[in-house]
Amino acid sequence: MSATLEVEKLAVSYDKVEALHGASLRVDKGSIVTVIGPNGAGKTTMLAAMMGLLPSRGAIVYGGRDISMMPVEARVDEGLCLVPERRELFSEMSVEDNLLLGAFSRIRRGAGKIDGDIEEIFTRFPRLKERRRQLAGTLSGGERQMLALGRALMAKPQLLMLDEPSLGLAPRIVRDIFHVIASLRSSGVSILLVEQNARAALQVADYGYVLELGEVVLEGPAASLVTNPRVAETYLGLAGAAD
Amino acid sequence: MNLSLALWLTQDAVVNGAVYALLALALIVVYTVTRVIFVPQGEFISFAALSLATLQNGKVPGTVHLLIATGLVVAVLDGWRMAKTRDFSRLPRLVLFNIALPLAVAALAWWSASRPTDVWLQVLVTLGIVIPFGSMIYRLAYQPLASASILVLLIVSVAVHYMMVGLGLVFFGGEGLRASIFPGFNFDVGILTISLQSIGIVLSSVVLMVVLWLYFGYTVYGKALRATAMNRIGSRLVGISTEFSGKLSFTLAALIGAISGILIAPITTVYYDTGFLIALKGFVGAIIGGMGSYPIAAVGSLLVGFLESYSSFWASSFKESIIFTLIIPVLLWRSLGKHRIEEEEEE
Repeated sequence: MSATLEVEKLAVSYDKVEALHGASLRVDKGSIVTVIGPNGAGKTTMLAAMMGLLPSRGAIVYGGRDISMMPVEARVDEGLCLVPERRELFSEMSVEDNLLLGAFSRIRRGAGKIDGDIEEIFTRFPRLKERRRQLAGTLSGGERQMLALGRALMAKPQLLMLDEPSLGLAPRIVRDIFHVIASLRSSGVSILLVEQNARAALQVADYGYVLELGEVVLEGPAASLVTNPRVAETYLGLAGAAD
Repeated sequence: MNLSLALWLTQDAVVNGAVYALLALALIVVYTVTRVIFVPQGEFISFAALSLATLQNGKVPGTVHLLIATGLVVAVLDGWRMAKTRDFSRLPRLVLFNIALPLAVAALAWWSASRPTDVWLQVLVTLGIVIPFGSMIYRLAYQPLASASILVLLIVSVAVHYMMVGLGLVFFGGEGLRASIFPGFNFDVGILTISLQSIGIVLSSVVLMVVLWLYFGYTVYGKALRATAMNRIGSRLVGISTEFSGKLSFTLAALIGAISGILIAPITTVYYDTGFLIALKGFVGAIIGGMGSYPIAAVGSLLVGFLESYSSFWASSFKESIIFTLIIPVLLWRSLGKHRIEEEEEE
């Protein structure tokens, strides 16, 4: 299978402190890849660097081209999208306007009607349709995550990067969100999923990486990572090891 | 003070306040979108008013030459960048906006100078001269520093301001000029005499505010600007580039400055440095709105207008001091309230 994204020896420093020391990973076309690891392992830093929000060293090859010098907006034009941990919604705008602006890079390049695309997002997230005129800042945590996902999908991404989509959400809503992530695979979107909720992440993913202290310490097909004793003990708890 | 005098001062206050409100809007848009405190906003007013007056005197204003020169510099810089990245997809745009447009405006200005009575042509040429400066100034002075701190951007603003004031002196000399757009026609409403001029100013301001409100509320690009003001990271993640939003907000600022200049040219004698003081009063209005809330800033600008016209009657030598002293209680009140601006700075 061909790679959508190939990252080679990616390193990021904050001033003099290096937060990521040469991590390499690969996302195949149409697959879901997850990066799990504890707090402070450098997961969010890695995504921010891939998106161009942070300067980095190393190669980021996307669709066969090195994009490591491209600004964020150019990467969005190329179909790379990030749903950040803090969602970064336009809180004083309506749900509908947030979705509309999600398609901004396409509109600027001459996409015509996008009303149909908004309706498509509403079929995927009926809750957002009920709240279409409400300001994004008044939504609940789960709805905000749905809106962040919907806004990213409006850009018609080829690679969607999700940073902790389950953070701070009730278990039932986490299930809904992961259900949507799994269903995206069938529409041909490649997904890079960063999660602390390792159990849920490994369930939907095809392949997984374990990031600790800024380094990839373990990788493999998701099914084999689940049974790996080290992963089971550290990230899935003892119950996970017994499964 | 009798009633007719009070009404006359009120008319003056509303007319000035309307212009300050427009300028406050421009300052707030530029600040919230780019974090630039745009000190040179007033120079657009001077440039517009003086270019219009020069055209009415049958001469081609020097700002036309500046426009051509600035456009060339931008074209060379961006052309070089394109040559380095070998991406020439935006070359036609670059040539159109930075070379062809200034040349077209120059041709029109030359034609207009020979027709001193054609007021609407002069207004059109003036807009054509001043508005393109918005995105050009952003490109040259601010774009290379887009991620600098607010303080650095402010220092750049002061430098741009001094450059533009100096150029204004070169182009127009130290003499004040006056232009006329609407015929000097007055009519009486009861005891009050209203000039057509002042109605023109207030109406134009209101129309412009409504147009801008529609623009920000109902168009994708207007919404993109608001989005950038609300959440810088979020807006970059949907592909709204800092370059795009910076150029657009500066173009709006130049448009508002140009229109303000054309509106006030007939009621005040404008000197090369007049615009600064006018924009500073708009800035007081913007500060009252906390550099963030436009409705409060509009009310604040009207307040500035009233304060100015009544204090010029009672204590005319302290007029400016009274207006600028208004900032102190406003800042005190603001600093006791929400810490809105500080939070934005931390991003």
